[in-house]
Amino acid sequence: MADKIFRVNMTNLTSTIEEVPPAWAGYGGRGLTSTIVSAEVEPTCHPLGPKNKLVIAPGLLSGTVAANSGRLSIGAKSPLTGTIKEANSGGTAAQLLARAGVKALIIEGQPKGDTWYSLAVTPEGVTVNEETELIGKGNFAVVDALTKRTGGKQGLITIGPAGEMKMGGANISIKDPDGGLRSSGRGGLGAVLGSKKIKFIAIDPKDGKVAIADPEKFREANKVFAKALVDHPVSQALGQYGTNVLVNIINESGGLPTQNFSKGQFAGHEAISGETMHDTILARGGRIKHNCHPGCVIQCSQVFNDAAGNKLTSGFEYESIWAMGADCCVDNLDHIAQADKLMDDIGVDTIETSVAFGVAMEAGVLAFGDGAGVCRILQEDIAKGTPLGRIIGNGAGSVGRAFGITRVPVVKNQAIPAYDPRAIKGIGITYATSTQGADHTMGYTIATNILGVGGKLDPLTKEGQVELSRNLQIATAAIDSTGMCLFIAFAALDNATCLPALIDLINAKYGLSLTGDDVVNLGKYILRTERAFNTAAGFTSADDRLPEFFYLEPLPPHNVVFDFTGKEIDTFWNF
Amino acid sequence: MKRITVKLFAYFRDNRFKLEEREISEETTVGDIVDALGIDRQEVGVLMVNSRHTEFVYRPAAGDVLAIFPVVGGG
Ligand code: SF4
Repeated sequence: MADKIFRVNMTNLTSTIEEVPPAWAGYGGRGLTSTIVSAEVEPTCHPLGPKNKLVIAPGLLSGTVAANSGRLSIGAKSPLTGTIKEANSGGTAAQLLARAGVKALIIEGQPKGDTWYSLAVTPEGVTVNEETELIGKGNFAVVDALTKRTGGKQGLITIGPAGEMKMGGANISIKDPDGGLRSSGRGGLGAVLGSKKIKFIAIDPKDGKVAIADPEKFREANKVFAKALVDHPVSQALGQYGTNVLVNIINESGGLPTQNFSKGQFAGHEAISGETMHDTILARGGRIKHNCHPGCVIQCSQVFNDAAGNKLTSGFEYESIWAMGADCCVDNLDHIAQADKLMDDIGVDTIETSVAFGVAMEAGVLAFGDGAGVCRILQEDIAKGTPLGRIIGNGAGSVGRAFGITRVPVVKNQAIPAYDPRAIKGIGITYATSTQGADHTMGYTIATNILGVGGKLDPLTKEGQVELSRNLQIATAAIDSTGMCLFIAFAALDNATCLPALIDLINAKYGLSLTGDDVVNLGKYILRTERAFNTAAGFTSADDRLPEFFYLEPLPPHNVVFDFTGKEIDTFWNF
Repeated sequence: MKRITVKLFAYFRDNRFKLEEREISEETTVGDIVDALGIDRQEVGVLMVNSRHTEFVYRPAAGDVLAIFPVVGGG
């Protein structure tokens, strides 16, 4: 099926199917969302107003059988950061959109009244329907109700109450193969969908299939690619312990942000570690391995049960566990799992919201370590939209401003994730220069700074960090365009057959002859396009800085500060 | 002889330990300790002494904390 652009206008509730403009043809995923947002969204527009557009695009390989290729990109101008944004997630939506022939779904305009809507996407187009029953409901209730309404097979993209209330921390949830949720977490994109008055998007590809130009070559390339993934030891560790295997190693390195970024090690690390989680899952009969979409051969996800053996949460990630755990000093994995589930249901980003709780604890709203208090505020304040709930639901920066706190770990108003940039300097360059606010996934220097993957570079020296972050950010932008999960990067950094096989997959699908250089150039093009949008929106190099406290407050145990000058940071863009 | 602390992580803990104090000789290297634990050096991803990365050839000093990790990743 030839891919098309599906466009929905929420001002007049119409939709069209358009040919793909030649200039967009070579892009998918993040490359496409950022190209379209740059081409069609006024950089200075209000992110929650009628001029912003939400763009949803499967990756170049999504919908094929290529291993780990089912990731979805959602782009817009972010209400949290004011920059361009691409949030990437698993779930089944990317594969089903691709099979429905959707290269990108563009949602524009804004309805005038108070009526809420849903979208139904099929190969024939998009219909806009009024929705009443599910408004105000949590994400899990939406999934349950729609599974009954339409059968369990459809893809589903939904927002919770936080998105309806247009909170800056609101995420967009994507249904996984088992009715669990994956999140396009960062940057408040749930608020953009809420501003368009769309509660959910259902996707039914009917019998649509994705065309492959050279099936034989595709099969061969996929064999090599999948083998490179499966063989890499990091993939195996991810399957066994999930991403949460990182708690202990980052803690040991002295870079685990603790007690609202005031320490680099957490006394309760063992209780929240991947090792403990693994043993707990085994003892309670959960699932060690789980995939966020069919075709993933790494399976970093898991199902975590409560003490009674009932499912508590799935896709229980290091970032969420660190943020609610070490950063808020909660050393009880059950409280963290409960909070994780509540955040998924309300539809808020676990990183942004947990870091916001850390700042709120510093402000004395509740005590550090009060996991039960976190769960209570989530249910009674954030879910209901009380004034306190809105302050926390709008993110870490919002809490800091409301309570006059100076230790507020954000860049471009987006919460800093699970690695302290004082003790792991490469990641500080990524936080500072990312086109999307603080985000570790934009250029994961932890691989080289801490894990010894793709070489080794001492986390405490400045030497080589800018170049490392630049190379990784360029490569990541390209990978985010393919539909591939970023965890293929560990194999790609170490195994010489992996990246060529990935390029062969793209070539075989589209009948192209791209080379490694083309991929690097794609990455550079994406970063430049995103930066140009931000510049036009009013951002300057003065925004590419870390908060002041990272330069002033030494972080134990290494007692180091972040010491890159502005000039040094700005050399990032010399490419 | 000198006393050091050894910490193991992920599956290196299986049938071994999480944390143990050990007596080692002046000459003992990190590599010797890894070998004595029956851990294949190929499977070692990261070594840290006192929260700094180190190598197999390093000779721990009295009071050092040695952490041994298999190849792991996440994000
Ligand atoms: S490795 Fe994890 S995040 Fe990546 S595709 Fe598999 S389950 Fe999803």
